Amino acid sequence: MTILVIIEHHDEVIAPATLSAIGAATKLSEPIEALVAGNKVKKVTEATSEIASISKVLVADSFEYEYNLAENLSPLIVRLAKNYSHIFAPATTFGKNIMPRTAALLDVMQISDIVEIISPDTFKRPIYAGNALATVQSADPLKLITVRSTAFEAVKASGGSAEIENIDGTGNAGLSEFESSELSGTERPELTSAGIVISGGRGMQDSSNFSMLEKVADKLGAAVGASRAAVDAGFAPNDYQVGQTGKVVAPELYMAVGISGAIQHLAGMKDSKVIVAINKDEEAPIFQVADYGLVADLFEAMPELDSKLP
Amino acid sequence: MKILVPVKRVIDYNVKVRVKQDQTGVELNNVKMAMNPFDEIAVEQALRLKEAGKAEEIVLVSIGPTQAQETIRTGLAMGADRGIYIDAPHETEPLSVAKLLAGVAKKENPGLIICGKQAIDDDSNQTGQMMSAILGWSQATFASSVSLANGSATIVREIDGGLETIKVKMPAVITVDLRLNEPRYASLPNIMKAKKKPIDTLTVEELGVDIKPRLSVIKVEEPATREAGVKVSSVTELIEKLKEEVKVI
Repeated sequence: MTILVIIEHHDEVIAPATLSAIGAATKLSEPIEALVAGNKVKKVTEATSEIASISKVLVADSFEYEYNLAENLSPLIVRLAKNYSHIFAPATTFGKNIMPRTAALLDVMQISDIVEIISPDTFKRPIYAGNALATVQSADPLKLITVRSTAFEAVKASGGSAEIENIDGTGNAGLSEFESSELSGTERPELTSAGIVISGGRGMQDSSNFSMLEKVADKLGAAVGASRAAVDAGFAPNDYQVGQTGKVVAPELYMAVGISGAIQHLAGMKDSKVIVAINKDEEAPIFQVADYGLVADLFEAMPELDSKLP
Repeated sequence: MKILVPVKRVIDYNVKVRVKQDQTGVELNNVKMAMNPFDEIAVEQALRLKEAGKAEEIVLVSIGPTQAQETIRTGLAMGADRGIYIDAPHETEPLSVAKLLAGVAKKENPGLIICGKQAIDDDSNQTGQMMSAILGWSQATFASSVSLANGSATIVREIDGGLETIKVKMPAVITVDLRLNEPRYASLPNIMKAKKKPIDTLTVEELGVDIKPRLSVIKVEEPATREAGVKVSSVTELIEKLKEEVKVI
């Protein structure tokens, strides 16, 4: 049995969720190989070979993989699949895009978003926005899995020197092409791997008010998130969204500011270690999951918090 | 051009789901059901393309128990033209659903299949991508904007880092995200009209698909619940608790 992990990377850096997917793979105590596909990926390849849990790195360095198009990546994974018992990828928009396509080409029923590994063929995954947990057993000889990164500890990105093997690409499928991207570049930590997350909701009233959260976030080294209501209202960009259909986070500290706590939002943050809620409505459901609740007007509480933090 | 829109009947978005005592699943009896919210967005997008003169016919497909036809009616009342119903168990897996839908696509030859990015019951987020793979078509997932020109579709996708624009050759499968549009409500005259719109039935056998599940559900359980904590009276007390009690800042 050997496991293949698909390495997600951007701007020559391994995406943090990938390290958690490798963390999940290590639970099976079998050799783990990694696939790095991309265009000019020398740095990522080297970084991957330094991960202690990886025994071998397969590198497909070719133009057709530059933009992670599923139509190009899936045939490559399909070609490699026969050598593996399990293929893991992070349950990010990258993994969610390529893995089901790969699974269908292999005639395998994918297991999405696992949060626990019971045995090599049995896994736990949340359904109904995390309101239920299903334990499922796969009868497929090959298991294709996406991993909820917050449920598994990330492996250390050091201590190893895995063998590197260059492999051929599968060519451009010619079905789709990348045109442009508009990334909300930020100096703050990435939302899904940050130790502290501060999110704003509809109570923020305006996008400019998010600067209050950003100030506190910068003092604490935190990432900034938002509820769906805040994103829908245009207060924050889409990639800030925490919840069932946005990002799932589980930081040491989650601060919900002006967020009422709809089920769909709770699904994205209820596994956080400590939850703080600041809301002027003391009946808001967010207080039912918060470890510390402060009933206050956020427009007074946030500046005060900012001024009292070193 | 014809647009195919698969629609799924799921527990209504506002209902708090309950896990069955025997841990075999969640309670579906006497629970309000509705069209998967992402599929409503897909129907709306198809309607807008038709209204813009980019499509002539919108065909809805639903797979499930008899009541799945009600979900088709809901979409017909929004303005879709006709429906296809495939009788199959509620639990049919995404891989089988994708094969069935691909079978329908081969009969109907649509230029686009527009579907929700995930169903809010099993949260798999697989069917659209799988269908696209089986058909050998291009795929554009998590769409927040769709425009068509000269045999291709330009799609803005919601990705983890922000937004990405790709151009895909048609026929294509598009899976839609939350912010693509706001679905319309069906008007009373349209609800009446929808009753007369045709729904054809196809069987799993006719489509020649083996829908035997690959995953077996061992059990379904409630997640650990979180206890409400304490209320603090001031920002100062909050900082103190975070520093001294739980030491997270």
